[in-house]
Amino acid sequence: MDTTGDKMVNLAMQDHNILELLRVSKTFARGTVDEVKALNCVSLTMAPGDFITVIGSNGAGKSTLLNIIAGLFPPDNGGRVVIAGEDVTNLLGYKRASYVGRVWQQPDMGTAGKLSIEENLSLALLRGKPRGFKIALNRERRRFFRTRLASLGLGLEDRLGVPAHTLSGGQRQALALIMATISNPAILLLDEHTATLDPKTARTVLSITDEIITREKMTAVMVTHNMEVALRYGNRLIMMHRGRVILDIAEEQKKGLSVTSLLRAFERAAGEEFTDDSVLLSSEL
Amino acid sequence: MTTALSILNSSLYEGLAFGLVAIGVYMTFRVLDFPDLSVDGTFPLGAAVAAVLITTGVNPHLATLAALASGLLAGFTTGILNTKLRISALLSGILVMVALYSINLRIMGRPNISLIREVTIFDWASNFLGLSGLSLSIVVAGVAALVVFLMLNWFLRTDIGLALRATGDNEHMVRGLGVDTDKTVLLGCALGNGLVALAGALVAQNQGNADINMGSGMIVMGLASVIIGEGIFRPKGISWVLVACFGGAFVYRLFMTLALYTTFLRASDLKLITAALVIIALAIPYLRKRIRHEWIPPATRW
Repeated sequence: MDTTGDKMVNLAMQDHNILELLRVSKTFARGTVDEVKALNCVSLTMAPGDFITVIGSNGAGKSTLLNIIAGLFPPDNGGRVVIAGEDVTNLLGYKRASYVGRVWQQPDMGTAGKLSIEENLSLALLRGKPRGFKIALNRERRRFFRTRLASLGLGLEDRLGVPAHTLSGGQRQALALIMATISNPAILLLDEHTATLDPKTARTVLSITDEIITREKMTAVMVTHNMEVALRYGNRLIMMHRGRVILDIAEEQKKGLSVTSLLRAFERAAGEEFTDDSVLLSSEL
Repeated sequence: MTTALSILNSSLYEGLAFGLVAIGVYMTFRVLDFPDLSVDGTFPLGAAVAAVLITTGVNPHLATLAALASGLLAGFTTGILNTKLRISALLSGILVMVALYSINLRIMGRPNISLIREVTIFDWASNFLGLSGLSLSIVVAGVAALVVFLMLNWFLRTDIGLALRATGDNEHMVRGLGVDTDKTVLLGCALGNGLVALAGALVAQNQGNADINMGSGMIVMGLASVIIGEGIFRPKGISWVLVACFGGAFVYRLFMTLALYTTFLRASDLKLITAALVIIALAIPYLRKRIRHEWIPPATRW
């Protein structure tokens, strides 16, 4: 429990790690009065099948961490991002897509509303691959989509032709989840993807998420503001604070933890008094 | 009775020819969510390129294809201004439209080129089919419309076509799936303006002249056709959307012709009526929300 960000670099850096972040820093607005060090020399390794939950207060660097992995922007000089053995530090934007699937907080961000469910899935099926002049929808693809959707248990498999904007928030997030995972990217990023859903729907989407990750043996990073969720799901929990990973808790330790002991561990690791308004973490599901 | 039939027939021809403009406008405005105003310049561009080539003795089919290519290039330019130089879509279109005015005059060398004495694709089809007059115009425009319909109906269902449609819907997501959306925007802008230039080449050959001012108001006309088509047909699915563009252009042209039969309207009033039509159609969703006391987002300015 006393692992700090720097010590976390696996001593035996194996080739088959899915993700390796090496001394990744990110400074915004460098050289101005608004300069912010959003990430401060973070190193993180993920083995295949690792499912990390990430917690931390606002401004801790969680989103920046996900954006660096997704390739929205590069890390500061010296930092490296390696995914599935390939150095993708300079592979940015749409070029990173084949490595990373992502589900966002807002349900309308992960799907194209005017396109039908099956058209959305067709788009996702070719993640990172060249797109040609073949008709997108055929019997084979439809059958595949139907089996994938049926596993959600939401009845979406009978509504393939329905525009995505007609779905409810929870259904849309479930569809976004399928879209993010259908082409088996190396890493799945979940960016508070249940934060805008009502508690019951959030629980459903979370259990669907867990099911998919387990079944597809995905390597996943899930950011959440909910400590219980962070403790319940995944095999590893990291806590971020001021651009650093201050806690990295492995599966065995994680099992025995309660929200209270997690908070205490945070206080110790952060080395400061843990005031209520400094973090926005809720303990209710 | 005969006038009624000839009104219907002339509207049918115009619906087919200007339906191509409507589809071009649909491609940019609706599919890409890219309000592209370069259309006012690409319509006369197509007419100018076809007219100049035909008068210099080039085969009218080749001249018409060259007109299509010139439109593709113009639309590509608009797309470049937006995607590579990050100029707003609206301004990119206006800049290309303004530039095209000078370019079109350069291409034509004078403001008007007559094609009366030249062999156009209509003359070629006339020899081929033995038709003349309005029925000839309808058949030639109909063939062009059918070809465009079939090609787009296929293209918009392909994997690339799907990526293009999704770009105007959720660009962020499409990029996240590995699509270079700059390219899909360029493709859509080029296609839309290519179709408009093709329409310009057809109309010029049918009416027997190309004029520097023949594109003025084309964007509003195309938009009116799209809106009317969507209103009447309420299309679901790509095929119906394309049909609705032609249908909308037909109904629009029919109304405009009928308007001229009233005693108080002149031909020069038609643009005002068209503008009023588009204003009303665009304002309705907002006014409906006002009446229902729904939440209304702030007005957009780009």
